[in-house]
Amino acid sequence: MTVLDHRHTAAVPGWLPGATAPRTDPEPLLPDAAPVRVLGTPALEKTDPALLRELYRRLVVGRRYNQQATTLTKQGRLAVYPASTGQEACQITAALALQQQDWLFPSYRDTLAVVSRGVDPLEALTLLRGNAHTGYDPKASRTAPLCTPLATQAPHAVGLAHAARLAGDPTVALAMLGDGGTSEGDFHEALNFAAVLHAPVVFLVQNNGYAISVPLTQQSAAPTLAHKAVGYGMPGRLVDGNDAPAMHAVLTEAVERARSGGGPTLIEALTYRVEAHTNADDATRYRHEEEVAAWREHDPILLMERGMRELGLLDDQLVQDAADEAEALAARMRAEFHAEPELDPMSLFAHVYAEPTQQLREQAAQLAAELAAEAEVHH
Amino acid sequence: MTTAPARSAAATRTSTMAQALNTALHDAMKADPTVHVMGEDVGQLGGVFRITDGLTAEFGPERCLDTPLAEAGILGTAIGMAMYGLRPVVEMQFDAFAYPAMEQLFSHVAKMRNRTAGKLPLPITIRVPFGGGIGGVEHHSDASEAYYTHTAGLHVVTPATVADAYGLLRASIASDDPVVFLEPKRLYWGKSEWDPTAPVEPIGKAVLRRTGRSAVLITYGPSLPVCLEAAEAAKAEGWDLSVLDLRTLVPFDEETACEVVRSVGRAVVVHEATGFGGAGAEIAARLTEKCFHHLAAPVLRVTGFDIPYPPPMLEHHHLPGVDRILDAVARLQWED
Repeated sequence: MTVLDHRHTAAVPGWLPGATAPRTDPEPLLPDAAPVRVLGTPALEKTDPALLRELYRRLVVGRRYNQQATTLTKQGRLAVYPASTGQEACQITAALALQQQDWLFPSYRDTLAVVSRGVDPLEALTLLRGNAHTGYDPKASRTAPLCTPLATQAPHAVGLAHAARLAGDPTVALAMLGDGGTSEGDFHEALNFAAVLHAPVVFLVQNNGYAISVPLTQQSAAPTLAHKAVGYGMPGRLVDGNDAPAMHAVLTEAVERARSGGGPTLIEALTYRVEAHTNADDATRYRHEEEVAAWREHDPILLMERGMRELGLLDDQLVQDAADEAEALAARMRAEFHAEPELDPMSLFAHVYAEPTQQLREQAAQLAAELAAEAEVHH
Repeated sequence: MTTAPARSAAATRTSTMAQALNTALHDAMKADPTVHVMGEDVGQLGGVFRITDGLTAEFGPERCLDTPLAEAGILGTAIGMAMYGLRPVVEMQFDAFAYPAMEQLFSHVAKMRNRTAGKLPLPITIRVPFGGGIGGVEHHSDASEAYYTHTAGLHVVTPATVADAYGLLRASIASDDPVVFLEPKRLYWGKSEWDPTAPVEPIGKAVLRRTGRSAVLITYGPSLPVCLEAAEAAKAEGWDLSVLDLRTLVPFDEETACEVVRSVGRAVVVHEATGFGGAGAEIAARLTEKCFHHLAAPVLRVTGFDIPYPPPMLEHHHLPGVDRILDAVARLQWED
């Protein structure tokens, strides 16, 4: 028996508020013991068939998008592509859960979510093609630039949601992160600020098992990543990230909770990165084919097809329409990305400041002279 | 070249730089409801230097927000607020406490306009009490300007007078570009007469504080009073020195600096930050490139030593003083 064994019974002097009990009850914040599932459960029958068809269609188109973008890297048409193959259920539901006025804060692996929001692939992929940092208008699409420094976009989502709440606007921000990103300080600061400010923001962590090569076991010792929510005073949800209707239900609930003044939510979606980190990565150096094969059996499209077939919702027309739409998108991407992008070297100076400094004007003149000399040589 | 504006006697008041900064924040918040102040202890306490004193009482805790203690989170949250149309003014409590926010500053604040082709400008002002000379223990006295001046996309402003503290802070908050606003801590409590109704000067303009014909001391922020004192002492040596206050490091007012250097032919750049890779190195190099045939001597630098900031009881050995400045002036090849 040590002195610490008495801690449950000994009354702490009352000068410290909350010293004798948690300041808030942690129980309602805890994630479910098992991930939320809809496919293969009785909840499926209660799901709107029109939504299921929509999810199926988007999954099929999303998979084709991933395949085509991966192919474009092999043809040298994209500089790099971090595929979300296997994570399509997370990607499409992130876009679908948001209303038009809501903001998405994607990471570099989330171009499918950006495209699902309605951004043209040619604009969504400029970062990875290498012709521009951000090819779309973030304000018009209410989609922040693809964020490369991990989790640094999370506090931006908090700030935007906070500002929207102060303005009385029904706007929600959704930040997309990965399991590796949860180790970054910005992730923790964002969650803390979100909870303290009661900001209408949702954090979606796609736990795909690996941060490039490092498995989750070496990333976190938490019971689940969703448990991290509790320490900040927000609910954590654990969901099967390959179960599209479950993802849609959990995300929509969190988004609407935020919209109605309920504050932030952290969602951990269990999924798997079927492809390597990027086309430049070799995943065979750090994981076994058996593991990949097992996850291919838990594929979001396979699960969706199985579930819809049971309900008699997967008719030939739907399958054909989805396949046609997917092929049309792929054909358009091939055509558009095989054309050389238009580049304007002088644009390098256009947006450093609202007005270029004297020094930048001189440097722009220098580049213009270099371009003129080059043109002279080619002439 | 800009000279200090004439003051109308009726409107002038006498106050400290700290009070002038407080007035600037107050007036900016009153003039523009999108201006939000945020940081550690800025609310009820009014900031550890009292620069935000009274703002929560007047504008409420949402317009002057006490944030959790996390600098990256503060600046990252401010970025999102600016994306939604607000104009945040962020206080970093001390120079060295701003370092956790550097990734947000370097990777997002400085680049957002550029990486979105002008679609997402970030009108954020980041106020940083900076520099030494106040007897602060370590991590409270860094002259950190070179980290900011080396980062494309930021404006870097540092006032040296009470009037400029007001005018430049108003101009910085009004700027559609991000501004790192470096407040010289050791000048916070110096009193002077100034005119709050004087027109706000644009950032990016240097001003001659003293006109002399022998050589020019080029400086900014905390080193201005030291340079003025040195110029006064130099009279005894027979040197008649100009003193140029840059006021803004980015954009650098090259036109004014070159004009002065060409007219006097000798120049010393003075700052308290470490010299290697410092702002003074860039200024000296540019002046040499642009004014070579007008120079009677190399452009010299007087800076702090290339050491981590010393303990307070030794800091006076590190900070450039009158003697170190006069030694440099003496080395300007007067015999040639």
